[in-house]
Amino acid sequence: MKKLINSPDDVVRESIEGMILAHGDLLKAHYEPNVIYRADAPLNGQVALVSGGGSGHEPMHGGFVGLGMLTAAAPGEVFTSPTPDQMLEAAKLVDGGAGVLNIVKNYTGDVMNFEMAAELANSEGIAVRNILIDDDVAVKDSLYTAGRRGVGTTVLAERICGAAAERGYDLDRIADLCRQVNINGRSMGMALTSCTVPAKGSPTFELGEREMEIGIGIHGEPGQARMDMKSADEITEMMALEIINDGAYSRTVREWDSEAEDWKEVEITDPPFASGDRLIAFVNSMGGTPVSELYIVYRKLAQICDQHGLTIVRNLVGPYITSLEMQGASITLLKVDDEMLALWDSPLNTPALRWGM
Amino acid sequence: MVTQSQVLAWLDRYADLIAEQREYLTELDAAIGDADHGINMNRGFQKVKSQLPTMADKDIGSILKNTGMALLSSVGGASGPLYGTLFMRAGMKVDKKQALTADDLLALLQGGLEGVIQRGKSQVGDKTMIDAFQPAVEGYEAATHAGKSVVEALTEAADAAEAGRDATLPLIARKGRASYLGERSKDHLDPGATSLAMLIRTLAESAAEG
Repeated sequence: MKKLINSPDDVVRESIEGMILAHGDLLKAHYEPNVIYRADAPLNGQVALVSGGGSGHEPMHGGFVGLGMLTAAAPGEVFTSPTPDQMLEAAKLVDGGAGVLNIVKNYTGDVMNFEMAAELANSEGIAVRNILIDDDVAVKDSLYTAGRRGVGTTVLAERICGAAAERGYDLDRIADLCRQVNINGRSMGMALTSCTVPAKGSPTFELGEREMEIGIGIHGEPGQARMDMKSADEITEMMALEIINDGAYSRTVREWDSEAEDWKEVEITDPPFASGDRLIAFVNSMGGTPVSELYIVYRKLAQICDQHGLTIVRNLVGPYITSLEMQGASITLLKVDDEMLALWDSPLNTPALRWGM
Repeated sequence: MVTQSQVLAWLDRYADLIAEQREYLTELDAAIGDADHGINMNRGFQKVKSQLPTMADKDIGSILKNTGMALLSSVGGASGPLYGTLFMRAGMKVDKKQALTADDLLALLQGGLEGVIQRGKSQVGDKTMIDAFQPAVEGYEAATHAGKSVVEALTEAADAAEAGRDATLPLIARKGRASYLGERSKDHLDPGATSLAMLIRTLAESAAEG
């Protein structure tokens, strides 16, 4: 293993410390349990947006803390979900009296830790809701798996819901909006190489010189299938068509019922894309793929969307939800309406994304 | 009977075994998960081990609940809430006790099992720690009903857990990150069932050592 680190045990802590030194105007940190939060939090009367997950996906989530996006982020160990005490601490630090929305990526560990955190926070009198992001079309069924993973749509949901919080939406309305973003977003990813978790010291899997892994998540886990390497256009087409042609996807998720003070089962369905839809297109690097190659992917993606009568009205191209140094890319398409678009365009000031300021 | 000092010895022994088996558990997880099970379990049980000296005068319920809280705040992933819940629920079943009878141990094991099933929503055959845990509890119960000693019953529970662990080899995972692999999750041992089998084996060993 060759990494620009001091010690595998100190990666998460030292990275947070550096972030705070670099962005002290925007961010503060709480250590043990670790939380990155807005320097101006709590914001009185404004819903607080909290997300979190394993580290190793930077800039997600800490890099998205700031005006118009997250109020706090709970970074776990590398590729390991954060613990309930982190999200509880985050809720205490940033609740401005209007409640807290936790945006949770659908991974077994994340879901369980965030559920325990929401139970603890609600029992302490902080109104907390959890909304799940599960957008990875590489996962076909939810009956025999833990369901679709939360990937690229997470970034878009954090942005759109953060803008809504800034505009004064209440907790129920932001939770509804977040659910809408989730069911209208779909993603798929692929890897050319594996990645090395610092504490493990060797690559999570091995890919041959002429192989690629398709349908991956964001943790260096093996994906849907291993295939022979193809051209950027062929890979882009394969992923884009899986996303565009994906049918209605239904599943049951658990959401907090604040009246019953317990979890309730909610059935939700993703509507398929249709000609005439307006989209935000997000082409993401898994960390090791250069931006020049992302634009080669975007070029083909734009052609395919055009052929299907889908209009890309905004785009995001770059490394925003990564898997350490993995080479590879993911595509996310989100169908938007006027409300989501206006929220997307509103002022944003975070370490990783900034516009309209 | 299992005494308070045997419970402490069990946690210490398990922490040492996890440290020793850290790479092995992580390798199992790399094949079908995300290569962190050994790393996370070791971080959690080293924290538990470091707190054991402060537990010397505590009752068994408090020791187990404290273990659960330590795991919950240090392990992360799916293992943190699952092992954390296991120990907290187990501890609640043996509140204030300084020693455990055969029936206490059954209540402890059943409480832990129920907690893990509720939190993880899994059942036998999903290729999870339940595949080792449930046979262990059933094996223990059957052995005590047959009139065997606590040590004999725990040894049979550990045997059943290991058989359950081995039975995960051909299974297709239906829970957790391994479930995304579908057919490709076959022919691999489940890391959670493996660490759970170790937990029951070290319990049997600590009870036998007196």
